[in-house]
Amino acid sequence: MGLFDRLKERLKKTREAISDGISGLFRGGRPIDQALFDELEELLYTSDLGAVAGEVCAELARAHKRGEVKGEDDVRRLLRELLLQRLGPARGEPTFDAKPTVILVVGVNGSGKTTSIAKLAHRFQKQGKSVLLGACDTFRAAAAEQLEIWASRNRAAIVRGPEGADPASVAFDAVDQAATRGVDVVLLDTAGRLHTAKNLMAEITKVQRVIAKRLPGAPHEVWLVLDGTNGQNAIQQAKEFTAALAVTGLVVAKLDGTARGGALFGIQKALNLPVRYLGTGEQLELLEPFEPEAFVDAIVKPTLEAAR
Amino acid sequence: MFESLTQRLSNAFSFFKDKKEITPDNIDEALGQVRTALLEADVHFKVAREFTDRVKSRVLGAEKLAGVEPGQQFVHACHKELVDLMGPEGAELAFAKSGPTVILMAGLQGAGKTTTCGKLAKLLRERFKKRPLLVAADVKRPAAVDQLKVLGARLSLPVFHAAGLAAPEVCARGVEEAKKSGADVVILDTAGRLHVDEEMMAEVAEIARRCSPHAQLLVVDAMTGQDAVRSAQAFHERLQLTGVILTKLDGDARGGAALSIKQVTSRPILFVGTGEKLEDLDPFHPERMAGRILGMGDVVGLVETAASKISEDEARASYEKMVLGEFTLEDMLAQLRMIKRLGPMKKVLGMLPGVGSMVENLDVDDRKLVRMEALFTSMTPKERLHPELLDMSRRRRIARGSGQEVDAVNELLKGFKGMKQMMKEMNRLGLGAKLGADAKKQALREMSPTGELAAGSSGGGGLLGGLGALGSGLGSLGSGIGGLFGGGSKSQPSLEDLRSMMGGGPRPVGSSPQRRVESKKDKKARRKRGRR
Ligand SMILES: Nc1nc2c(ncn2[C@@H]2O[C@H](COP(=O)(O)OP(=O)(O)OP(=O)(O)O)[C@@H](O)[C@H]2O)c(=O)[nH]1
Ligand SMILES: Nc1nc2c(ncn2[C@@H]2O[C@H](COP(=O)(O)OP(=O)(O)OP(=O)(O)O)[C@@H](O)[C@H]2O)c(=O)[nH]1
Ligand SMILES: [Mg+2]
Ligand SMILES: [Mg+2]
Repeated sequence: MGLFDRLKERLKKTREAISDGISGLFRGGRPIDQALFDELEELLYTSDLGAVAGEVCAELARAHKRGEVKGEDDVRRLLRELLLQRLGPARGEPTFDAKPTVILVVGVNGSGKTTSIAKLAHRFQKQGKSVLLGACDTFRAAAAEQLEIWASRNRAAIVRGPEGADPASVAFDAVDQAATRGVDVVLLDTAGRLHTAKNLMAEITKVQRVIAKRLPGAPHEVWLVLDGTNGQNAIQQAKEFTAALAVTGLVVAKLDGTARGGALFGIQKALNLPVRYLGTGEQLELLEPFEPEAFVDAIVKPTLEAAR
Repeated sequence: MFESLTQRLSNAFSFFKDKKEITPDNIDEALGQVRTALLEADVHFKVAREFTDRVKSRVLGAEKLAGVEPGQQFVHACHKELVDLMGPEGAELAFAKSGPTVILMAGLQGAGKTTTCGKLAKLLRERFKKRPLLVAADVKRPAAVDQLKVLGARLSLPVFHAAGLAAPEVCARGVEEAKKSGADVVILDTAGRLHVDEEMMAEVAEIARRCSPHAQLLVVDAMTGQDAVRSAQAFHERLQLTGVILTKLDGDARGGAALSIKQVTSRPILFVGTGEKLEDLDPFHPERMAGRILGMGDVVGLVETAASKISEDEARASYEKMVLGEFTLEDMLAQLRMIKRLGPMKKVLGMLPGVGSMVENLDVDDRKLVRMEALFTSMTPKERLHPELLDMSRRRRIARGSGQEVDAVNELLKGFKGMKQMMKEMNRLGLGAKLGADAKKQALREMSPTGELAAGSSGGGGLLGGLGALGSGLGSLGSGIGGLFGGGSKSQPSLEDLRSMMGGGPRPVGSSPQRRVESKKDKKARRKRGRR
């Protein structure tokens, strides 16, 4: 079941769309006019599109002036198109050209890094890869224990260090062991850090540097895990992490609720970072490769439904 | 990327320029700017709309006050309204009259519940002399129980868990355990759950049914977007929430979700989380939060504090002195005392736009002010009036008299020079020559960090006087502080100035001292200490 279907199902179960209190955008053959676009803009805001909501609606209004928007279907089609344009194409899964392929996973506190790593390990293993996890979060209480449990559920190897150890040295060890043991993929879990914490950002830059020392070319991927329920601050996160690290992709977790992760549009606009996966639950299987169409539909559909 | 509200409000001011009063016609564009600022801060669009509607009726309904410019009135109304909505200030946890107080913590995944349980236990023990028991009732997330146990061990507090049981049963037994062991507070750490997860929402409702918690707290991530409204609503329906805790405010999230949640639940925000360490839990301050959401610092708060604590005459005299250029060390001392009267330095600085968020992360040392004052009082009145007398031997004497180094005296004099220089520049602009209302207004614009608030006219009486003084109070404060911090002709202290002037060495923004990148020396020290 895809994100779109799950969303549809959820929409049936919850009254959330209705609780927005706006109905009848199109009801009773209402004419398409500026007031309608204004309402549509507000509805798009609820998906955390931020300033992009206004931009998209302004374009819709211009298209309407040109006579290109005649009915609800046109609004849907064009809205969908405008949003898709802003996302760019799907990047697909990593190619694992290097062996080991080292993936460094970073993000703010509690965004879903550790859980996403567990899911990624599961996914890559199903693709026939051997996986090693590096527990570089040596700071948060029981962080390594958490990853250890996921490792054992996945039957994946894990490298950990003592509590309070230098995360860079754990990363080094993990890459080192993977290289000597001939492991395919190394997933490095790191402590949550707010992008505003200069010293912690310096710490993670050092981790990246130390990895390259052990294995030139590594890390091959640096993925930023975003909490899908975050609003406009996600853009700030993406900017700062990209400034500190060679971020190569995004993973957006917690999209199984009613949040739609619309901040991604603002991120694309500013940084053009490919989205790799979406997290849609707490179980190992609940990770989906990013599909722009499904993502956009999950926004357009309920928006127009709420508007109906 | 975001235009700060201060900028937006400046635009709003230009809407009102040349207008005698605010009318339903000219207010809308200004309100539009405010609305956009709120949306950019993640306030839910409906809440934002309600807000601007309220401001509108507040402003239009208010009596036109003599001499108060529409722009001032508008900003004031926005801020006031937001503070009112965010309040109350100083809401506290209610404790049970008899038996242990049971506190339920609930919220979405990763919001910060477990960490906050630890922080709250620490705070209750230290500030209220309580003996808390932590109950690990997250039977879902891997190592969630371990996580709480680690925190309990760090605090030397007991953590209850019963393996293999469902969460409501664990909680019920935890409360029993508290009664047996004489703990007077029980904090229930529950699993993170999505508001649309019917099974999990039923579970937390069941916990509440069985344990009848006295406090039911919703823990919310300050970075949450528009969805905050939906999730808060759902938790509010399933639980009898008594309060909210906002976490991760140590970042740069504007935290508009706080307003949405407050609107939806009408429950007070009790605490804010400001870091990962166990001591990083602070009481909630509505005016600070309002400033943060509006992106303007607590300007109005500063202005009001200034107005209430500093007499208008005092503020004006100080201002006029500065503009006229007869500014002496005596005046600088008067300003210093004025600032001291406003309250703790960190609070005062935090109220200045642009400085607010930086100050959160600064080690502000109020003793610095005390030390500065000691320098002043070690001078003779004559020296204060004629700073040019301060040769090296006099400086040494002053240093000895105040128990400080000569460097401190030099630093102070450097700051004084900076202030003087600034005033000279103003004079060069012809601002000091005549203190006509216009020149003064212009001068204030230059000096006040926001400009707009200083745009008061200089007449007297009533609120007008208040606002006029607000302007001058703020203006001179802004520059005064700039001067105190050794800023040359800057009217606002830079972060560096603040850091170096406020004592405490540089400390990166948002850092937690316990969690810094370790140097070799640190490492050695830590090994010696054992665990952190
Ligand atoms: N509903 C839902 N919950 C998720 C998802 N991903 C992670 N979570 C939950 O979010 C919470 C935090 O996840 P973690 O993986 O521990 O997050 P983290 O980024 O490693 O956190 P720190 O290491 O503390 O910074 C846990 O309760 C996870 O079960 C998701 O896609 N959907
Ligand atoms: N910077 C910062 N981090 C915080 C704050 N509060 C909690 N955290 C961090 O946020 C992450 C998640 O915190 P937890 O306490 O595990 O969150 P939780 O709500 O118990 O998570 P689940 O049980 O998985 O739902 C951890 O990395 C914490 O260290 C805060 O105020 N500031
Ligand atoms: Mg983690
Ligand atoms: Mg927890």
